[in-house]
Order: sequence, then C-alpha cells, then structure tokens
Amino acid sequence: MSIDLSQFHQVFFEESFEGLDIMESNLLALNIAEVDSETINTIFRAAHSIKGGAGTFGFMQISGFTHVLETLLDEIRSGERDIEQEHIDMLLQCVDCLRGLMSDLQAGNEPDMAQADELKIHFEKVLANNSKNSTESENAGEPCVDDKSTSEQGRAGWIVHFIPCEDVLCTGNEPYRMFRELKDLAEAVNGSFEVECHRQSLPKFSEMHPEMCYLSWTIHIRADVELSDIEEIFEWVVDDCDIRYEPLSDSGSDTTVEAVPESLVPEGETSPPLHNNDAVNTDPKVSAAAEDNLKIDSREIDSCEIDRNEVKAKANASVKVTKKSTETTSIRVSIDKIDGLINMVGELVITQSMLGQLGQEFDMSRIQRLQEGLAQLEQNTRELQESVMKIRMLPISFAFSRFPRLVRDLSKQLSKEVDLEMIGENTELDKTVMEKIGDPLVHLVRNSLDHGLECPEERIRNGKTSVGKITLNAFHHGGSIVIEVKDDGAGLNKDRIRDKALEKGLITKDDNLTDGQIYDLIFQPGFSTADVVSDVSGRGVGMDVVKRNITELNGSIEVSSIPGEGSIFSIRLPLTLAILDGQLVKVGNEIYIFPLVSIVESIQLEKSMLNNITGSQYVMQLRNDYVPIICLQDIFNIKTARQDLEGAMLVVVEGDNGKVGVVVDELLGQQQVVIKSLEKNYQKVDSISGATILGDGTVALILDVSGLNTRTSDKKNDSHIHAA
Amino acid sequence: MNAAQLNNKDADSGHGTDDEQQYLTFIMAGEEYGVDILAVQEIRGWEPTTVIPNAPNYIKGVINLRGTIVPIMDLRSRFNLASVEYSPVTVVIILKIETERGERVMGIVVDAVSEVHAISDSDTQNSPDLIEDLNTEFIKGLVSIEDNMIILLDVNRLLTIDKQLLTLTSELASGLDSESTAEHEENKQ
Repeated sequence: MSIDLSQFHQVFFEESFEGLDIMESNLLALNIAEVDSETINTIFRAAHSIKGGAGTFGFMQISGFTHVLETLLDEIRSGERDIEQEHIDMLLQCVDCLRGLMSDLQAGNEPDMAQADELKIHFEKVLANNSKNSTESENAGEPCVDDKSTSEQGRAGWIVHFIPCEDVLCTGNEPYRMFRELKDLAEAVNGSFEVECHRQSLPKFSEMHPEMCYLSWTIHIRADVELSDIEEIFEWVVDDCDIRYEPLSDSGSDTTVEAVPESLVPEGETSPPLHNNDAVNTDPKVSAAAEDNLKIDSREIDSCEIDRNEVKAKANASVKVTKKSTETTSIRVSIDKIDGLINMVGELVITQSMLGQLGQEFDMSRIQRLQEGLAQLEQNTRELQESVMKIRMLPISFAFSRFPRLVRDLSKQLSKEVDLEMIGENTELDKTVMEKIGDPLVHLVRNSLDHGLECPEERIRNGKTSVGKITLNAFHHGGSIVIEVKDDGAGLNKDRIRDKALEKGLITKDDNLTDGQIYDLIFQPGFSTADVVSDVSGRGVGMDVVKRNITELNGSIEVSSIPGEGSIFSIRLPLTLAILDGQLVKVGNEIYIFPLVSIVESIQLEKSMLNNITGSQYVMQLRNDYVPIICLQDIFNIKTARQDLEGAMLVVVEGDNGKVGVVVDELLGQQQVVIKSLEKNYQKVDSISGATILGDGTVALILDVSGLNTRTSDKKNDSHIHAA
Repeated sequence: MNAAQLNNKDADSGHGTDDEQQYLTFIMAGEEYGVDILAVQEIRGWEPTTVIPNAPNYIKGVINLRGTIVPIMDLRSRFNLASVEYSPVTVVIILKIETERGERVMGIVVDAVSEVHAISDSDTQNSPDLIEDLNTEFIKGLVSIEDNMIILLDVNRLLTIDKQLLTLTSELASGLDSESTAEHEENKQ
C-alpha cells in the first residue's frame, strides 16, 4: 500500500508551526529558578512530534536537527541537567531556525542548513560538556536494565514484553507497525526477530469489543541493537502500555526463526514462537477472529481519519470562499462550532421540506402557515449565517502570541526591562482582519519599546520602577473591536513633534494645533523624532504604514498621551469584513446603506434647527456639537424631487473625523448585508465602501461614513470655487 | 490561444492556420466590431443598473451577476457615438480579462450581437494612424470579411485603459482633495 504522502505535507507544516509556537511560548514562560516539569514536557512533546512528523515525511534535515534539540530537552526533562538561560536562548534560536527551515520546505525550496548546522554544533558542544552526566543519564533512562554489565550483554539481543492497554488501537497506534519497525531494525544489523502472541486475556467472542486489543506480545530481537532505538519505537505508547525490556542472554541460539510475515501480526497460539502456518493451523477461529478485529479496527480508524479530514476540508472550503490569495490557508475550527452548524443545516432542511410540502398543496387558507414557515426559514438562515461567520472568528491570542518573544528579544537588545501584559486574549476577531493587523501591532509594540519606554536609569530618576510596562488590551466596543497598545514610558513629546514637523514643513509656525492634531502628525510619512536611527525603529517608515493598513481594514487609530506617564495607541477595527448591519436609506431612486454602528441618530429636519454659514454650508446644533450637514443628492449628483431641507430626514453619523449629518429622502428598513467588493471589477469610489445585493437582487452601495466626513471639507472648498 | 486554435480546427477544419482566433462580433451604430471570444463570459439582456455616484458618463452603473458586482459600460458613449434608448433587446456582453490583480469582469452595452468569425492575425490590418483619437487605442486592427469591415477591439485595453484613465482622474481629484483639505485646515486656523 503506497500513499502519496505529499498530500499530508500541508497538515504537517501547519501542525509543526503550531508545535513551534507552543515551544516558543512555553520556553518564554519557563522560569529558570523554578522549573515546571509540565512545561518542559510540553516543549519536549512538541519537539518530538515535529521530529516524528519530519521523519515520516522524509524531511531528514528537520528530524536530524530536532533530534539534537530533543536530546538536550530529554536531559532537562529527566532532571540530569539544570536548565540555564543559555539553554533557553539556544532553544529559542532553534525554534526560529526550524521555522525558517520549515518555511523553505513548505515553499518547495531547498532549506539553508548553514544556521542549523551551526546551532547543531553548538548543541553538541553543550551536550558533550556534560558527557559524564549524560552517560549516567542513559542508564537512568533504562529502568529495566539492572546494571551496566547487562547492558553490555544486551548486545546479543533483547526480549521485549509488550502488554498494550486495551484501547491502544483507538489511539491510532498499530502494534503491527511497531513490529515491522523492530523487524527492520533487527534486519538492518543482520539480526533476527520473532514475535510471540499471548491471547490469555482474550475474552469470549460474544464479549469481544471490536475496537479493543486483548492481545499481548513477547518480542525476541536477536540483534546488536541499542535499547534506545527499541524504546524509540514504543515511544508513542510507552505512557499507556506495559513494556518491559530484558537483555537476551543466550546469543545466537535461535537465529533460524523466521521474522514475522506481514499478514500475520496477531499470531494465534500462546507461548512458543510460531511459524506463520502453525498459527493459522492451531486455532484458526481465534486467530481469524483476532485478525478480523484488527482489520475492523484499522478500517474504523481509517474512516475516522477520513471523517476528520472531511470536516476539515469542509471548514477549509467555507473559509476559502472569500479568500483569493494563491497560498492555501486553513483554519482550525472547534468541533463544537461544526456540530452547531450541522444542527442548523438539519433544521434548515426540515424547514425547507415543510415549505416544499406546503407549496405542493397550497391554497389561501394556509397562508398563515406559509408565513410561519417563512419566518422560521428566516431565523434558520440567520442562525446559520451567524455560525458560519463564527468559524472565521479566532481569538486575538493568535495575533498576540508573538509578542512575548518579540518583547523579550527587543528588551535585551535595547537593554531595557519590560513587563508585557496582555488582556482580553480571548476576544474574537475575523481571521482576515487578524492577519492584517499583526504587522501594524508589531510596529506599535516596537515603537513603544524603543521610543516610549525610557531606559531603567532614567525611569528611576523619574521616580518610576525600573521595569517598564507594555499592555496589550483587546475588547469589544459596540460593533467593533478595540486593541490598545499602552506603555508607561515618557509619553509623546509634543514640542519635539512640533519642531520636527516644522522642520519637515508639515506645519507652519503660526499653526495653532491641538494636542490631538500634534499627535496625529506622527502618522505622516517619513516622520520620526528618534535622534538615532536604530534597526529597531526610528527610520520614520512605519507609523504612516500602520495607519494606512488600519484604514484599509475600515479601522481607525488614535493616540493619547500624558507626558511622563505614557501613551496609548488605540486601534478600532470592524469585527468582520464580510457582513454588516445596515440602515437602508433612499435618495431619489437609489438605495444606499449606512453601517448601523456609525449612526448616532436620525431626525426630521426643521428649518429652525439649521444655521447657514458661508452661503451653502449648513450646520446644525445637536446638543453641544455643531454638526455639518451634507446632502447625498448633491455630492452624488442624484436627481430627487425634494427641493429644500425642511422636513427632510437627517441621519447623523459618526466617523473618524467626528459627526456629520446626512440628508436623505427616506429611511427604509434595517437589514444585515453582505459586503461585496466594488473595487474588484471597478475601482475605489469616494465615499462608498462597498456594495451589496438586496433581497430583490439589485445592487445597493454602502456608504463610507469617514469618507463622507472628509467630504464636508471638500464641499466647503467647492463652494469657494463656485463663489469665485 | 490553444483552446481557440482547437476550436477553430473543429469549427472549420478546412483553412485552420495557426494564428487564427475566433472573434465574437457585434453591431453598434451600423459598424461591426469584434472581440476575442475567449474574453467573452456571457451575453445578457440589458437590465437596470445601480448608478455609481460621480462615475464617468459611460459607466452605466453596476449589476449583480450571480453575486458578483459587475460594472456596465456603455460602449456607444465610450466611443462618443450618439446614444440610443435601451430596449429589451439591447445586449450586454460580459467580458472577463486577467490582470495582475486577478480577474476583472465588466459588461459592455452594444446594439446587437452579430456572429462568430475565425480571423487570422495575418489578415488583420492596423488601423490608419491619421485618426488622433483616444478611441483608436482600443482598436487592435481592421479586417474584411465578405466585403464587410470588422473593427477588432483589444479587450484588455478596453478594460484597463479605462481603469488607468479612471485612476488618473481620481488621482487628480484626490490630489486636489488633499490640497483643498490642507487649505481648509489652514483656513480653520
């Protein structure tokens, strides 16, 4: 049976990257003074899975490299070596290196092993340093071997008593495969190999559970093999199963025994080693039954796997619909969410068949039932839609997880002491948004570290603790998510920003700017107040990119800062890019949609509310604000019957630059709309953020509130021109 | 290209040369135009569009094409021809091109669809240079078939030049915008 392994490569890479993330986060969490064995174990397991996977798929570079790493971890795990800061640093470097190798392999390139080899040599040096310790450790790692002499004798061979737990097959471990590996191992050094099967614990056929394994085995390996190699084969099951190793004393006595043929793993009879034919002859019923069991097992396991793959594929498909990038990405979705979906689809089917039946024999007396059915259908669809959208939602910890490492490395590099706090890591955010927000966040955190936080001496001089603090905070606010990057550093230096802006000609001397306006200057391209350009930041490329990226996501960024106490960058993002709650409005014959979250209120205009400034620009006093008013019909050049503002509907919306009142003809209903790109086949249109398809199949345009808002100033300008 | 050649050979195996391509021709103001048939996604009847604010006059708006938002261009006004009243038999040809940003789909409104011709590149002539008009940019060449002249259009140009123009104008506009905003900012102070 040959399987095309390459189809699983993607999964392997994904899992390995996840494993690396786990290793990284646990390494960072590791406290040298007080080593938590569970953490070490987690790291070890992650490394081991990567090694195992890489070996399976033939990525020898990776498995070889991981092996060294694993050896060190193993020594730490078994307590023979105290973990030192140096080890953690090295391991972290390895994580980076592995990530690089893996990305190369994923892209189909030959990985660059230079760094890996260097690290490997380094590792071997560290391991060799403690060579005395490590030989001891090898012995300690062999609990069944009594002393060194037997281990020498063990060269003649080994007897392995393997009593698996009953559900060994359910965990996906197939004894046959292990035996085959043992056989390969033995044959590699021209040794022999035989297996005895014990079926004492085999229950009556009627009581037999097809998924359980009732057999146990004794394996004789007559070959010069290392115990550690044998142990490695049983590594996956060692925790659940009873495995004992004994060195074989009478070497070469029974070398003629055939190795186990492929078809016959569960051999029928008890103690003496048997030939394949004997087994079938002695007790064909039992052995056949046992074999059947095994077959069923493996089939079941296979089908399980298929199921899983299918579910995954489905999830992938639902995700991929909206993604057009060529690289295949996938999302891990919890089974709960999928189950929920399946339930909902079930309900949808029921509703559909109910309606279908109703439609076949419909008369007007049943209109009530039809309406009920339609209402139910609407509810089903909405629920389904919500849960499908939820699949795209991931906790923001995916984006946050890289920061502990980043902060650690950077703080070392800058010799600052930093404490990173992350709040609201479970806040869920659309995957697409998440992917795009990562880089801007990294930039902000780097900036905070480099420019925001002072060096320890300066902090103490200013009466603060020497350890600076950076807080990442994510939370929901209205229909959007807010991510704050906060530091308790020196805060933004207003005077310096001003001077710099003057120098660059961004502002003039007479400009009287508010604090907010000054802070906003840092988002101008090429703006940096850092005196020294470091490789961390200070080149002045960045903040403008940060702002642009966030604006592309329909988000906004704000800065607030108190001198001496720190600054807060808060990013506001839409929860999802695909669907929004909209308010439909009518202007002339056209229907437009306002995002519901941006609407402050809707009122009917009266002349008395309005104040006319500069002839064509109206403002309205709304409580304490003066709100500029714009007419959609004017800016969009739509013909409409309405001539003056009296009695018109005014929708007050709030965007990036404050509130603005928008005059429309009529308010229609509210509904959820799916956002479609207008740019894909056309181009960006001012004041329009996208399009959607209404219930009747026609297209309606979605208004970009912030865009409308900046228009108010354009419009004023226009009127200047007209006046002139 | 390959598919086109294959099609050609299937269609009229008699004189299928290597550089032959099939063109869908349509009628507009009495002239016959042709577009590469591989760029044609489908042919539809005219349906009302949703107007895009401040779009050039030849962009009639957008329609919903099975969930995709597709802009519709009136080729008559694009070519500065007199516009005619749309009727139920007015035809929209949906064209699809590959760009570096992915597929672009756009509809063009024409008077009527004519037929499909296999035309070899060697039969086409360049359009005379004397016409100094932007519209000639869309013209790939001229070809005569049974005494009728067919104007072959370059679909990529038709759709991308349009885009360039649009971005150009919008850049100009946004340039103005930012200037005016800055001016306004200053005014405010």
